[in-house]
Amino acid sequence: MPAPIRLRELIRTIRTARTQAEEREMIQKECAAIRSSFREEDNTYRCRNVAKLLYMHMLGYPAHFGQLECLKLIASQKFTDKRIGYLGAMLLLDERQDVHLLMTNCIKNDLNHSTQYVQGLALCTLGCMGSSEMCRDLAGEVEKLLKTSNSYLRKKAALCAVHVIRKVPELMEMFLPATKNLLSEKNHGVLHTSVVLLTEMCERSPDMLAHFRKLVPQLVRILKNLIMSGYSPEHDVSGISDPFLQVRILRLLRILGKSDDDSSEAMNDILAQVATNTETSKNVGNAILYETVLTIMDIKSESGLRVLAINILGRFLLNNDKNIRYVALTSLLKTVQTDHNAVQRHRSTIVDCLKDLDVSIKRRAMELSFALVNGNNIRGMMKELLYFLDSCDPEFKADCASGVFLAAEKYAPSKRWHIDTIMRVLTTAGSYVRDDSVPNLIQLITNSVEMHAYTVQRLYKALLDDISQQPLVQVASWCIGEYGDLLVSGQCEEEEPIQVTEDEVLDVLEGLLVSNLSTPVTRGYALTAIMKLSTRFSSVNRIKKVVSIYGSSIDVELQQRAVEYNALFKKYDHMRPALLERMPIMEKTATNGPTEIVQTNGETEPSVVESKHLPPVTHSCISQSFDYLLLLTLCLGIPPMTAYNKNGLKIDFTFERANPNPNIAVITIHASNSTEADMTDFVFQAAVPKTFQLQLLSPSSNVVPALNQGTVTQVIRVLNPQKQQLRMRIKLTYTLKGSAVQDLAEVNNFPPQSWQ
Amino acid sequence: MMRFLLLFSRQGKLRLQKWFTPIPEREKKKIIRDMTTMVLARQPRSCNFLHWKDLKIIYKRYASLYFCLAIENQENELLALEVIHRYVELLDKYFGNVCELDIIFNFEKAYFILDEFLLGGEIQETSKQVVNRCIESSDMLQEYYCEGETDFPGTWRKYHGGVYEQTCILTCGLKGIEITAGEEYRSRMYCI
Repeated sequence: MPAPIRLRELIRTIRTARTQAEEREMIQKECAAIRSSFREEDNTYRCRNVAKLLYMHMLGYPAHFGQLECLKLIASQKFTDKRIGYLGAMLLLDERQDVHLLMTNCIKNDLNHSTQYVQGLALCTLGCMGSSEMCRDLAGEVEKLLKTSNSYLRKKAALCAVHVIRKVPELMEMFLPATKNLLSEKNHGVLHTSVVLLTEMCERSPDMLAHFRKLVPQLVRILKNLIMSGYSPEHDVSGISDPFLQVRILRLLRILGKSDDDSSEAMNDILAQVATNTETSKNVGNAILYETVLTIMDIKSESGLRVLAINILGRFLLNNDKNIRYVALTSLLKTVQTDHNAVQRHRSTIVDCLKDLDVSIKRRAMELSFALVNGNNIRGMMKELLYFLDSCDPEFKADCASGVFLAAEKYAPSKRWHIDTIMRVLTTAGSYVRDDSVPNLIQLITNSVEMHAYTVQRLYKALLDDISQQPLVQVASWCIGEYGDLLVSGQCEEEEPIQVTEDEVLDVLEGLLVSNLSTPVTRGYALTAIMKLSTRFSSVNRIKKVVSIYGSSIDVELQQRAVEYNALFKKYDHMRPALLERMPIMEKTATNGPTEIVQTNGETEPSVVESKHLPPVTHSCISQSFDYLLLLTLCLGIPPMTAYNKNGLKIDFTFERANPNPNIAVITIHASNSTEADMTDFVFQAAVPKTFQLQLLSPSSNVVPALNQGTVTQVIRVLNPQKQQLRMRIKLTYTLKGSAVQDLAEVNNFPPQSWQ
Repeated sequence: MMRFLLLFSRQGKLRLQKWFTPIPEREKKKIIRDMTTMVLARQPRSCNFLHWKDLKIIYKRYASLYFCLAIENQENELLALEVIHRYVELLDKYFGNVCELDIIFNFEKAYFILDEFLLGGEIQETSKQVVNRCIESSDMLQEYYCEGETDFPGTWRKYHGGVYEQTCILTCGLKGIEITAGEEYRSRMYCI
């Protein structure tokens, strides 16, 4: 058998391939050669073959058959073999493969090798990919090496210890004695890795944190030496001595000083020194300043120091370097809650960042601007934010619109200003507002009683300009339906009332019905609005005609509404005025999903009226007669049930009746997780038999926190017109500890009250 | 800690991958795809930071190679830029005016250098000279221990004009073979 081709020859050959297919062919041929070479147990060329395999693995081809060969290389005595073997182990093996445990003995031997570079290889591999079992077995060796005087090994052992602690936190105690003299090292590598080790221990255990607080003076001294010492060629980066170590020490100081007055005081001076003396012309200096600012903000520093920190951030905001501006905005966002006034001073700079060209910076600036809005600056801020809304990219518009609505709701100086702001958002970014804005806005408008005439007038004028933005059109239709009488009577106080006739209003609404731009939902709104006007306008005949035309519409929803309204005109005309009366002030119901506004007007519970106010994702109830109009459905207390309980995941169902339709059961699922790890990417799916109809609303989240710390809820609506026994099949998918889990289950134990 | 480091070309070809946490192979491929798509789509003068899931992605372009480093949320992004820069400096010192071809043809060396600089997602050595010295010593050790022909010359000298020579103690003489035209940058001679 001829010698296998060399690595670099292979690389060169593969790079000459002109197509993917050609490359695949070459690789397959080589893989076959490598495989037969492995079978022959050839020691001489194993190293070469594994190296080639690693190259092919990087190109994306499978290389699992080389895993055992890596182990053989590691066990070899040749340094070259070991080097490639350990590299292969780190690339091809991980704790998922059972094979990796075979490495443990080799690593153990190599940790005690006479050559430090071999020991280094073993430490590196253990520190990068050691599994919990390996860490448990080899922790003792690592601890021994942590106490050696060889700085090359000591620094690697320290980071290996960090990895061991991350994998097996219980072993942390074991490394405590070895940390005694770590900070008295002169070698920067050891010093750096020691600080990392101490940081890891302090983050994981409050006892360790208390124990290591006494190191603060020593850390301060080391940091001082770094700053004050002259040029050191070994560690210099653009005039700053070992910035990596400086940042790491600052971070450890942050953790040690966090809730401790004494420690915080001990570090005040050095922090002020670093903050004022660090050179800011290059990125390095700014990295250190950034870390200093984070530390100052987290510990119990004196107010002068805090102001210094915020001013540094303010200076960062004016820096030419985009990265620095981005970092400043992110940090200010974190501190805005605690140091609101200090951050307010930089408000104008932050608002200027809204005009930055960089997308990440714009987003941060937008979030920060919303956080800075308060009762005093609302008018000015809103002007800037609305200008931003006009000119920003579509990806921002939804968030910005929501933010504007929220801010307006909290701090609106007057109702008129509030409504004007909403109008502005709807006209400029109307297609991007979230679905739940429409009912929220309707509710807001209803509640501002004195502004009804003004609102409806402005909305009408907006409709005359543009009917393409659906949320605007929907809100406008609703308002015109409700307050059309105010519109034609010209009662507006806030501004010059416009002269509008009933026919003109009906023209506009009918225009919405026929326009191609209107979605089915919008058409529903328009039709209902026209119907409502039958009690407010005198041109009832025209309305009757429109309604009867749509009784044969192809759109089922529209047809249904038209038929119902027709019936109102014909059989139930005596009820029409009461039914279509002005809406009372609505209670705001806070829910995660679409808001369901509960109507409590009069003795009857007309589902017709309710169907107008549910947001676009609406129910699918089919009414054959109006008998149920006169029924008040009582919400029975239906007991909750457990639908699924397996492998730590429990799903409970709670019930309520959709008022007033007794055919719809509203089920809320509550998913809880009793295992010790979070369940992520949780998806709940359900299927029902053909006689039922099912609607799933959006879940509260897709992460089920561990140890029953929280639940994920989701609402299901089941329509059961034939009153059959409710059955459901559910499918659950989630990721637990990195592996995907999927399960199917039948739910048959629904209480009879839920479907009867 | 750092979660992973990826090096890829402007065409999205992977040149180096270092993972500091155990991740299934399929997910690694997905992450690589996501990273290359996200980073290659960025405007030339945008800031070097991205958000992806719960990690911060720091990327920097050096000539034709993108260096993409993922760090946890509490880490310092500006320092991460320095980490990337330091690694490039180490590669440059070792290869002499390093370019993408060096990393393609000597990827195992790039890994060895990385493993002397970072360990378990943290920096292990802050001095450039110490890292270089360690690599050189390891290379010498490789030469010293190798028997017969070797694929991995411990050290080589580069002459001006781009001819590499292999100077491994135990091999017979110097060999040089020219790479055919069509390589992107300059023609180099690699010993094999």
